[in-house]
Formats: sequence, C-alpha cells, structure tokens
Amino acid sequence: MAALKERFGEAIQPAEYEGVVVANDRLLEVARALHDEMGYEYLSSVTGVDYFDKGYLEVVYHAYKLSGGGPLVFKARTPRDVAEVPSVVGIWNGADFQEREAYDLYGIRFAGHPDLRRILMWEGYEGYPLRKDWKEAYYEQDKKPFDSRWPGGQHVPAEERVKYHDNVVFPSEGFNVETFTPEAEQLLYAGITHIPGSGNVEGIGTDAIVINIGPQHPSTHGVFRLAVRLNGEQVEDLKPVMGYLHRNHEKIGERNTFIQNMPYTDRLDYICSMSNNFGYALAVEKLMGIKPPERAEYIRVIMAELTRVMNHLAFCGFLTNEMGAFFTPFIYAFEERELILDMFEMASGSRMMCNYFRFGGVVRDVSDEFMTRLKHMVYERLPKKTDEMEELITSNEIVRSRSIGVAVLPREKAISLSASGPLLRASGVPYDVRKAEPYSIYDRLEFDIVTRPNGDVYDRYLLRIGEIRQSLRILRQCIEQMPAGEIQTGKKQYQTRVPAGQAYGRVEAPKGELGFYVVSDGSPNPYRYHVRATGFINLQSLETMARGGKIADAIIGLGSIDTTMGEVDR
Amino acid sequence: MSYGLGIARGMWVTLQHFVDTYVQDAQYLFKSKKYRSSRLPERQGPKNARGLFTVEYPYEKLQMSENFRMIPFLVYNSATGQERCTSCGICAKVCPPQCIWIVRGTDPQTKRPKPEPVEFVIDATICMSCGSCAEFCPFDAIKMDQNYERAAYDRWDELVLPKDKLMKPDTYHYELHPSAKEAEAANIAKSERAKNR
Repeated sequence: MAALKERFGEAIQPAEYEGVVVANDRLLEVARALHDEMGYEYLSSVTGVDYFDKGYLEVVYHAYKLSGGGPLVFKARTPRDVAEVPSVVGIWNGADFQEREAYDLYGIRFAGHPDLRRILMWEGYEGYPLRKDWKEAYYEQDKKPFDSRWPGGQHVPAEERVKYHDNVVFPSEGFNVETFTPEAEQLLYAGITHIPGSGNVEGIGTDAIVINIGPQHPSTHGVFRLAVRLNGEQVEDLKPVMGYLHRNHEKIGERNTFIQNMPYTDRLDYICSMSNNFGYALAVEKLMGIKPPERAEYIRVIMAELTRVMNHLAFCGFLTNEMGAFFTPFIYAFEERELILDMFEMASGSRMMCNYFRFGGVVRDVSDEFMTRLKHMVYERLPKKTDEMEELITSNEIVRSRSIGVAVLPREKAISLSASGPLLRASGVPYDVRKAEPYSIYDRLEFDIVTRPNGDVYDRYLLRIGEIRQSLRILRQCIEQMPAGEIQTGKKQYQTRVPAGQAYGRVEAPKGELGFYVVSDGSPNPYRYHVRATGFINLQSLETMARGGKIADAIIGLGSIDTTMGEVDR
Repeated sequence: MSYGLGIARGMWVTLQHFVDTYVQDAQYLFKSKKYRSSRLPERQGPKNARGLFTVEYPYEKLQMSENFRMIPFLVYNSATGQERCTSCGICAKVCPPQCIWIVRGTDPQTKRPKPEPVEFVIDATICMSCGSCAEFCPFDAIKMDQNYERAAYDRWDELVLPKDKLMKPDTYHYELHPSAKEAEAANIAKSERAKNR
C-alpha cells in the first residue's frame, strides 16, 4: 500500500474503511503494476457499489497473491450520470463477466471491455437494477421489516397491494414486437460468427454454423445456454449465455436485514447451502468484530466439510451423467448425499435450505445422536463409499478416453481467468483459501492441498476424489478435538447491530472461492451485499476449455466446472 | 492392464448393488413386514443402507427429525385455552420474506395495546420455512410444523392461514418436539406474566 502511494503519488487516495481509491486515468497503470510487479496475479472480485447520497458509483476490486495472504482492495469512482471506468480485462481476464455484471446491474461502462453486453438481465431491458433509485415489481418499501406487517397487519396479497405496472417499464416505450431486433443477441452472435475461410476443409466449401445449445438443460446443471460456432462437430468458438434464473438476489439482500439474508444465501448454491451460510456469516462477523466460540467453530467446519464430501460425490454422479453413464453412479452418489442431508436435517431442521449459521455461532447445538451418526459416516461408511466410487469410475476405459486430455485449462489461463477451487487446483495451482487465508479453525487442522498437473476433465475428477479424502481427514480431526461448551457468542438478536464498514469474507466452498462483500452504513440493513459467485466466475474458463474440442466435450467441460445455476444467475 | 478391465470392475460394483437390493429385501421380508415405517430408520440409516435406497412414498414415509421445519403454527394451552402469543411482533419483524401479518389487540376501555393478537395471518405461499420466527420468539408461542403435504387446489383459501387455522394445542407441539417441554417453562411463564400485567 505504501509502495503504491510512493510510486503513484496523488493518484492513490486512502478510501474509507479499507483499501485505496485510484484515479480513473491511472487505474490501468496501477493495475498493471499490481499484476506484473507486485504479484497480485489473482483478481478475486470486481463489483460496483452505488453511493447514492454522495453521488458516485464505486467499483471495488479485490486482488490476491497466489502465495497467500490478505487482499489488496482498490477502488475506482465515477459519477452516476456518466459512469465510466477503464476495463481491467486486458490485465486480469477474469474481470470479464464481473465487469459485464457491474455494467448490467449498475450501468457502469467499462472502457476497453471487448464484449460489454448485459449478462444477467434480458436484452431490451431498461434500467440498472442495483442502483439505489431502482424499484422492482411489487416494490413495497426500501427496507424490511415492512411497516404494514405489524401492529396493524391486515393481509393483502402483493398483487393487490402494489400493482405490477407501478414501477416496471416493460415493454419499454416505443416497443414494437414487429420491428424489435435483439441487439444484444446480434452482438452475441457477432462475437462468434464466421471468419472467412475458417470452415474450409481441404478445399471443400464447408461453412461454420452457429447453434444454440440450451437454454433448456444443456447438461445436468440447469437452465443455461451455449452459443457455439461449429465446424462439423468441432467447437470453434463458444459464448455462455446466462441469467435465466436471475432474481436479483443482491437487491433482495439490500432490502433485508442482516439476519434475514441468511436463509437467502441457502438458495444460491442450493447443493451446498452450509458453505454459503459460512461465507456470509464470516463477512458479517468481520464487520462486527466477533468470533464464534470454539465448539461452534468445530460444528461449522464439520458442516462445511460434510458439504464438500457430498458435493464432490454428487459431482462424480453429474459428470458421469454428462458422459452418458446415465444415472447409475449418480444414484450411488446421491445415496451418500441423502444420508448427509439427513444429518443436516437433524442439526438444522432442513435438508437443503439449512439456514444454520448465525453471526457468532450456530442455531443450535448438535445432538449426541448426530455425533454418533457422524462418527459412523466419517470412520466407516464414507471412506468405503469413496473407494467404491473410485472403483466404479477411475479405471473405466470409457471415462478415461472421454476425459483424459479433454477440455484442458492451462495453468496460466486458469489464473488469469480467476478460476477458483478444484478448477484452479486441477490446473496445477496449489491455491486453497483454507490455507492461503485461513479462516475459522482451518489453521490448526492438518490437511493437504490436492493438486493435479494436467488441467483436464479426468484430473478434475481425480482431484475431487482426493479432496473428499482430505475432507474426511479434517472431519476425523474435528470429531477427535471437538470441545464442549457454548455455541453462540453474545446474545442472539433478531436485529443485528452491525457497525458501519466494509468487509469481504471468503470461504473455500466445494465449488471454489465463495466471497461475500458486505457494506454496512450502521443501519440494520446492509447497504451493499454482493456475492462473488463461484460458478459464475468459473464459467469464464469454459470458452478456453471448449475451443477446438467436440460438442460433447464442451458439455463435459461444463460438467467438470461444476456449476449450480442458482448461484451463477443469482 | 488389459482393456476392458476397468469397465468390468465398475460392473462388479453395480452387480453388488443389484444383489444387495434383493438380499436386503429378503432379510426384511423374513424379519418383519417390509413396508412397515417403523423399520425405515434402520433400513435407510447409514449402518444398513445397501442396495436399493428408495422409499415407496406415500406407502412408506421417512421419519422426520425433531428439528424438521415446515410452515409455522401458533401454540395455545390445551388445558386453559390461553394462547401464548403476546403479539410483540418479533416474528413479523424477523421474517425474511415478510409473510406474517399481525393485528395487535387493543383494550376497549383503556385504548392501550393488549398482549394478544386480534388477527394473525401467515401466507404459506410466501413462507420459506426458514424457522426464524420460531427461533426468535421470546415466548415460545410460534413453532414450526412438520406437515409437508401441503398441496392445495386453492391458493387463497387453503394457503393463506388465518389465526384459527394456525392455532394448535401445546400437546400437538410436544408431540412434535418432545425435548421442548422442559426448556420452555420459563418462557411460558414470561408470556403469562405479560398477559396478566
């Protein structure tokens, strides 16, 4: 920080709470210095914040060193009416989708971005949903709890209380379905269409064609669309199109109070809701400056690691599904998942929508029955079933020929595309948030970072099997060391007081790095609530993986990223 | 390694699962009637679950754990008929999707607020069953139900739950949550004090 200040002088100003504000005209210069010289190779998060009262929009960047350690936070500011910030895509390719998202939801133009289109909202949409002056359909009030609920709470359905058309401009004025041309759609295709001569095979006049795979379930991962340019069966170019499940999670999060957000995080990556809870709880605890008691930390880690085991097992099922081993390994994986979900139900009350973490603790203590079951699972059943899964898949010749050397993501590309989690580690980068910036009690647990050298689909699969074994190792330590005692710091309150500030809490979720950027202005509701969705950012790698391969390999590539659309589209 | 061995090994695993299914079926057939729900925790538990794993719903149903939560209800004392709710509004304030509506009662003589709800509506079409209301209620007056078969033909009549549909006796509550009985005594007393003040 001091080095930056010394080098760039006036262009670097201290920001409120954390990080520095960089002057727009020197942003690229600073970014390049950070990336090339100071070792901040990994750009984790890029997001916008609307400081409505102060009259500017802010873009917040979190960059990390791959050797570990905390983030370097730098920000750029731009007026609200002509919002423009230089794009850092040229330096960190991984900023691509995140800048598009900020453009989509905040209307910040990123000068120099190669493909600046809306990403989550549909084409022809007007307005920028995350700006503070934007109101959604059925808008009732800026902040929850709504006044109409108590003490004079007469039930009126939302449809009658607030009319749909009150603050929704759709179709926008002058819209005519006959003459409407989806501009963004054309831009999308323009991005991948024909380069003259590209389709010619040895003098035969073939032509590359553009087709859409999806949006109805192109794989086992939900509603998602791939626009691909094909030469025969070969993928020449590919663009992912998403947003079909978009529900403006972050805006909902800003209307909610802090504690109300917890059950909403379950619905991001609905396969691993415990990890989502973990990330959000960490971010808010950072702001509040509290830590959960020992026992709660252990319970949290147990839940997070069980989630990882379950997710990775399910991944093996999904992946083989994509390869055509229709549902047999999938169901075997889901048996174990089912048993783990039963344990989640015992502890939290719900199998998938756990809502189990609280700021400074967890909802309730785990019972003895839970522990007995956990011990049986961790010591006996899960190791055996992991072996069985390996027996079933690892040496299978069809799996091997379908996945070895397929959808390769080279090391450098993985880093610059901000890939995270298993995707990054399978490309030979030993980066794991649990080791790089230990949170909770991971610094005192023994485990290894699993890495694989080749970065293909097979390695991603093997890596996950390896991670299951490491997770079981962590779980065994947790069971042995688990202390008795409290599970909540302070009194649990229905309205949490969070001091003003900004915090970025990140965890190693099963699918990769999951971050929550929370800005508080001291009121009961977060001022800004941003999710660095793992799958969303990991999907950037798909283009690199799929190019040059066959269509079927693109689908396996998508499967090997392991996305959940609930999280990608938010 | 000769080609095809990997596939064969995988097939061996599948075959084991296949055989296990019938072995297990035969075991339960001889031990007791297979479709008895009381045997399910054993059959589906981590110790014994082998082979086919599915449950033949709705003929057999898995037991829910005590903490399982699905749409809240209000508790009243089955002996005296007194409801525990004091209409303090904490559940309505903490509810993430804001699906609880409470009209607080007023004393007709003093015009001061009375600690009982006149109306209490939960819109089950909005409720996300997160359990926050039950968790933060200081009087243990609102609890999570476990009836997950809530499919209905009519949205407004059957899924917008007014007070009379929400009120359930405490005997029902203790049946669902047997361990709650002792823990709640203090909070119930608190609720009664608030009402008698």
